[in-house]
Amino acid sequence: MKLEGKRLIWQEYQKEIADDHYFYARSCIRQTFFPGAEAVFVKIMKDELGKDIHDEQHHTSCTGIGYHADVVPFDTTMTVIARQFALMTEAGYENYAASCVTSFGLYTEVLETWHHFPEKEAQVREFLYKATGREFNKPKNLAHASDIVYKFRHQIAAKAKYKLIDKNTGEPLKVVEHIGCHYSKMFPHKGIGGAEYPYVLSGMIEAWGGEVIDYPERRHCCGFGFRQYIVQANRGFSLSCSKKKFDSMEPYQPDMIITNCPGCPMFLDRWQYALSEMEGKTYGKNNNGIPVFTYEEVAGMIMGYDPWKIGLQLHQVSAEPLLDKIGIPYDPLSKFKGKNGEDLGIPETPNYLKFYAD
Amino acid sequence: MGELYNRLAADIRFVESLKACINCGTCTAICPASEFYNYDPRIIATTVQSQDDEKIRELMSSDVIWYCGECMSCKTRCPRGNTPGMLIMALRSLSQDMGFFTESEKGRQQLALKRGIGDQILSAGYCVHPQTVDPAMHPEQGPVWDWAFENLNPVMDKLGANFNGEGAGALRKISRDDLDELKRIFEVTGGQERYDKIEDFSKQKAAEMGLEFGTDTHSEYFNHIYTANNQKHNHE
Repeated sequence: MKLEGKRLIWQEYQKEIADDHYFYARSCIRQTFFPGAEAVFVKIMKDELGKDIHDEQHHTSCTGIGYHADVVPFDTTMTVIARQFALMTEAGYENYAASCVTSFGLYTEVLETWHHFPEKEAQVREFLYKATGREFNKPKNLAHASDIVYKFRHQIAAKAKYKLIDKNTGEPLKVVEHIGCHYSKMFPHKGIGGAEYPYVLSGMIEAWGGEVIDYPERRHCCGFGFRQYIVQANRGFSLSCSKKKFDSMEPYQPDMIITNCPGCPMFLDRWQYALSEMEGKTYGKNNNGIPVFTYEEVAGMIMGYDPWKIGLQLHQVSAEPLLDKIGIPYDPLSKFKGKNGEDLGIPETPNYLKFYAD
Repeated sequence: MGELYNRLAADIRFVESLKACINCGTCTAICPASEFYNYDPRIIATTVQSQDDEKIRELMSSDVIWYCGECMSCKTRCPRGNTPGMLIMALRSLSQDMGFFTESEKGRQQLALKRGIGDQILSAGYCVHPQTVDPAMHPEQGPVWDWAFENLNPVMDKLGANFNGEGAGALRKISRDDLDELKRIFEVTGGQERYDKIEDFSKQKAAEMGLEFGTDTHSEYFNHIYTANNQKHNHE
């Protein structure tokens, strides 16, 4: 296949993304491990792009991890999702924006199920009314938050202070993009670029100056596998999947990994630490790892936000070599300090993986 | 066609995920679980398609149906539009409804998932919450998470979260009224019944195995199912 042709395959899969007025549903995993990423998304949408985004206090987990760990039945999950739609309706919104890829996949699955089985939708409406007295309209537009950042990638690039470029050589950074499985593997037409050549993150990387790396295991799962990570006895599954990806991308010497799913960046970050402790193996130069970021964090980095206010200190694989390469300034001494400079101590240094604590 | 097959066929996900499997094995080629475990989604589809209740019962009592990671990579590639990963979800649901899940090491783990993720949905409104990602149970999280876990309030504050606070924002406290609505949804839709069945069948199994059952994540039975691995699940 000619490379040019391959680059265009994604264009067959397009989707409509609303231009403004979003009902934002947060992600359990993203809030837990990368709360700064959600804060960056809201800040860019409101302050940089002037968009209306509703941050709903009454929404809960969609139950997605419970559903895919098979402890929550489908009827229950559909009704909890119907409640989220009711909250959106009551708040006066029609465009639903999900922070979580598992949630986005589930919302898509539920809407498709109701499309093919209208009697199921009617039953869920009855369930919801009986349980809560609420009624709902279905979203007119459903997007993952990465779809929205993709839509405005050029506007973000126009306001950015930095590019994904090596400040010393002027060369584009080599970037691995990793798409959460449930973004488009189940419903390829609901994701930008489909499932085989998704473009949602590649589009951001290219717009922001980087070069996308194409490597053999690009589409392989990070290994979350729900029960395969959550239960300690099964974690070898999760680790093995991530290792397969690292081994596959290593020869291309990536500068960084960008992800759109909340869980993937945590696993791809933590398993690099675990592999270094288990085998003494690191995947970057000079005992560094390959830093892993959410797309919101990368947007925040190029906008010039303080790396420690957007949460890069919560990554086990240190971001400093990449920040240095781009030329993004940071204060090493405030990395692990509190909001007002209070001393919170510093994490222990790993045995192999290079760590920057001050 | 037997009773078990009929019950599977009543699951909407079953209807959506199996249209005359042609046994090509594409799902197995792409499946991350097939690389790690001695697992073959093609055989799952073939077995269910046979409509043989004896074989289906055996499948639901085995470790095999618990190997899938539900990434749904099989959905993308199947030339027939089938989804073995969703067949697995239907099998797992029925296995729990009928109690077969306690017959296998991997199936017994459902109690750990119910008491961990499942109960947290109803008690906190979140599937995952930083206060329950205990480094003692998650050594792979590493020293940065250890540090964050020890300093959750100031760390979350610095990053703009509304940690356990009133109102909107990341990691806000989900109100009692909202949790009560979730609870009623679980009661009306069968979610609570599923939880109760997982507890009841697991309690019977714990008694058979002579392990203290308890009600939390520290009992003998919980610790056993959370950590036990007979090392017979992978390819030789």
